[in-house]
Amino acid sequence: MTETYGADAAVRWMAAVAAAVEREAGRLTELDAAIGDADHGANLKRGFAAVAATLAEEPPATPGAVLVTAGRELISTVGGASGPLYGTLLRRAGKALGDAGEVTRDELADALEAGVAAVGQLGGAVPGDKTMLDALTPAVAGLRESFAAAARAAEEGALATVPLRARKGRASYLGERSVGHQDPGATSSALLFAALAEVTAG
Amino acid sequence: MSGDRVGIVLVSHSAAVAAAVAELARGLAGGGDLAPVAAAGGGPDGGLGTSAALIAAAAQDVDAGAGVAVLVDLGSAVLTVKALLAEGDELPEGTRLVDAPFVEGAVAALVTASAGGDLDAVAAAASEAYAYRKV
Repeated sequence: MTETYGADAAVRWMAAVAAAVEREAGRLTELDAAIGDADHGANLKRGFAAVAATLAEEPPATPGAVLVTAGRELISTVGGASGPLYGTLLRRAGKALGDAGEVTRDELADALEAGVAAVGQLGGAVPGDKTMLDALTPAVAGLRESFAAAARAAEEGALATVPLRARKGRASYLGERSVGHQDPGATSSALLFAALAEVTAG
Repeated sequence: MSGDRVGIVLVSHSAAVAAAVAELARGLAGGGDLAPVAAAGGGPDGGLGTSAALIAAAAQDVDAGAGVAVLVDLGSAVLTVKALLAEGDELPEGTRLVDAPFVEGAVAALVTASAGGDLDAVAAAASEAYAYRKV
């Protein structure tokens, strides 16, 4: 039988992301200090803490509604570019899930694929630009196989941004000097999929 | 009364920049009754960044029913306004992100809106500011 995931799994996913971002905020900010404006960790920590608090207070009834609520919260509270980008990812994915009470891994992959496409459109970026898309795109492909494969693909995608030259965002102003640094957005995207693998394991 | 004129929102990463550009635009647009212009600068914690709540509040403030032209500086300001517009119900109906240089566009937009131009005219005037080469 195919396993399905409900609103409670989505809430646990967002709580796990909040915990991971809290734990890794220092590292994200360090990465962002090298090629960005050194606020990625603090911004995401604030955003996902607000997401976790909102979801705990009033847990939505469907996984789609959980992601839409989380996305909206990120857009309102983050303050940097990662807010509208992650907000769009989750909100679009949530809308794609519709009002289904339970979804399969494949349905989640479809929804996240729509979310990733929306992120690319919003930021005008493609894989290879040294952005979160370099982790998100392989992660969604990996999700077709398993949650663990998605987490692995995201992590590998984030590591693969090191030799790239940034073509989007503030890092793009650095030109060649952006080479040799891991992209903070791709790194936080890997946390997102690590958290998903964590809450769906076993 | 600024009755049914287009409102203008200036979104910058910096509260000081947004407020100063609004002041500059008001000063240069000069004399008479100006269209409403609001500054939405800085992040949710008051530091550098973009606040969706400030932007939404500013847009409500200047909305008189004729549309709202939003001018932005860069990065997250652009993305936040686009995300709010995609959200559908966060900004007043007839709110548009205008593709324009921030300072020059703000002046052109305010002059045009104050003269009674509609949203298309305000957006066009602000965008045309890109065409003015300085050297």
